[in-house]
Amino acid sequence: MAEHREYFYRRLHSLLGVVPIGLFMVQHLVINHFAVYGEESFNKAANFMHNLPFVLALEIFIIYLPILFHAILGVYIVFVAKNNVRRYGFVRNWLFFLQRITGIITLVFIAWHVFETRVQVALGASLDYSLMEGILTNPIMFWFYVIGVLSAVFHFSNGLWGFLVSWGIAQSPRSQKIVTYATILVFLVVSYIGIRTLITFAYGV
Amino acid sequence: MAEQKTVTFIITRQDSPDSAPYDETFNVPYRKNMNVISGLMEIRKNPINAKGEKTTPVAWDMNCLEEVCGACSMVINGVPRQSCAALVDELEQPVRLEPMSTFPVVRDLVIDRERMFDALKQVKAWIPIDGTYDLGPGPRMPEKKRQWAYELSKCMTCGVCLEACPNVNDKSNFIGPAPISQARLFNSHPTGEMNASERLEGLMEEGGLVGCGNAQNCVQVCPKGIPLTTSIAAMNRAATVQSFKNFFGSDNAH
Repeated sequence: MAEHREYFYRRLHSLLGVVPIGLFMVQHLVINHFAVYGEESFNKAANFMHNLPFVLALEIFIIYLPILFHAILGVYIVFVAKNNVRRYGFVRNWLFFLQRITGIITLVFIAWHVFETRVQVALGASLDYSLMEGILTNPIMFWFYVIGVLSAVFHFSNGLWGFLVSWGIAQSPRSQKIVTYATILVFLVVSYIGIRTLITFAYGV
Repeated sequence: MAEQKTVTFIITRQDSPDSAPYDETFNVPYRKNMNVISGLMEIRKNPINAKGEKTTPVAWDMNCLEEVCGACSMVINGVPRQSCAALVDELEQPVRLEPMSTFPVVRDLVIDRERMFDALKQVKAWIPIDGTYDLGPGPRMPEKKRQWAYELSKCMTCGVCLEACPNVNDKSNFIGPAPISQARLFNSHPTGEMNASERLEGLMEEGGLVGCGNAQNCVQVCPKGIPLTTSIAAMNRAATVQSFKNFFGSDNAH
C-alpha cells in the first residue's frame, strides 16, 4: 500500500464521496424534509438526530474527517486539471468541468452552512425550526442555499457515476450510459427533496 | 492557363524548445487531393511566407503517410489529428496548424512524445517471451477476445488522446489513456496474462490509472476508434481486484 500512495488516496477519495459523505447528505436532506410536515415535526426529528448516542464521535468520523479529506484532495484535483470544454464540448467533458465547479461551490457552501448552524448551536444557539427560518427568509441566503444544495446534489450524483466507473463496476459503454440516466434521476429526486425543504423554511409553504 | 488557386496555411512556429512561439502565414499552390503534409512539403520546397519574405522551412514529423505510425499528429483547425490523413479539400480555409500543446515542442510542429514511451515502460506494455530455453507456443486465444483485443492493438501512440485529456498537462503526472489501454491489450493476451499483475502494479504507480477524471474526450478523438474509456474502466476493475488480492493475499495474484 505504501508504494501506491496516490492510488490509495484517490480510491479512498472516490469511496468517501459516496460512503459516508453521499449517504450522509441524502439522510440530512431527508430528515430536513420533516420541516414540510410542520415546525413541530422538524424540531422532533432535529432533536432526535442531535441527541443520538455518541453524536460527537459520529459527527467526527462520519462527517467531519471524511469531508475534510475529500475536500483537501478535491481542491488539489481541481487544481491539476486543465479544462478544455471550449475546444472539446462533449457532454462528459462538460460534466467533468461541472464536477470541479460544483465541488468548489459545495465546499464554500458547506463551510458557511456549518458555521451558521452547527458552530452556532455549539456556541449556544437553539437547534430548531426558527434557526433555519431566520436564515432562509433572507432572499439572498435563500438563493445561496438553493445554489449550494443543487451544487452538492449534482456533485454527489455525478460523483456516483464516477465512483461506479472508477471502481470498474460500470465498464461497457452501455452500462455507463444507463448509469448516467440513473444518476440524473438521483439528481432530480434528491434536489426536489432539498429544495422543497428550503421553500418551506423561506416561505412557510 | 487559369489563375493558380492557393491554399493558405497559418502555422504556429517555434525556433527552439525554449523560444517563444509565433504565427507565420504561407500561401501554397493548390493541387487536387492534396493533404496537409503535401502542403508542408511545398513550403519546404519554397520557404517564402505570405508577405513574400524568405524564411526557414517549417519542420514537422512524419513517417508512414498512411495513418498507422502516429508521428505526424498536430492540431489542425483546432482538432488534434494526423496531418497525413487531413485532406485539404475537407478543411476550412485558412488551415491553422499548431503543435500538440501537451508535449514539449522540439521545433515548429515537431513534438517530443517520449512521455508516452516512458508510460509504456511503466505499465510494461510488452510480452516477455525470452528465456534460456525455447518456451514453446503459448496458449491459444479465444476468437471473440481476439476480435476486441485487435481493436486495442491499433494504437499508434500518436498522442491525440493525451492532447484532448484535461488531466494530462504540465501540472499533473497522469500518463494518459493510451498506455492504460495498452496494458489491457497485453493483459488480454494469453501469454501476456502470465505477467498481468506487473502491468497492474505499473498502473497503480504515480501518474497511473487514478489520474483519470472520466472526461472521456479520449474516446471521442481517437483516430483509430479505440474504446479507450472501456479500457480504462476495465483496468480500474482489474486494479481494484488486484489491490484486494495484494492486501488480503491470494494465490492468483500473479
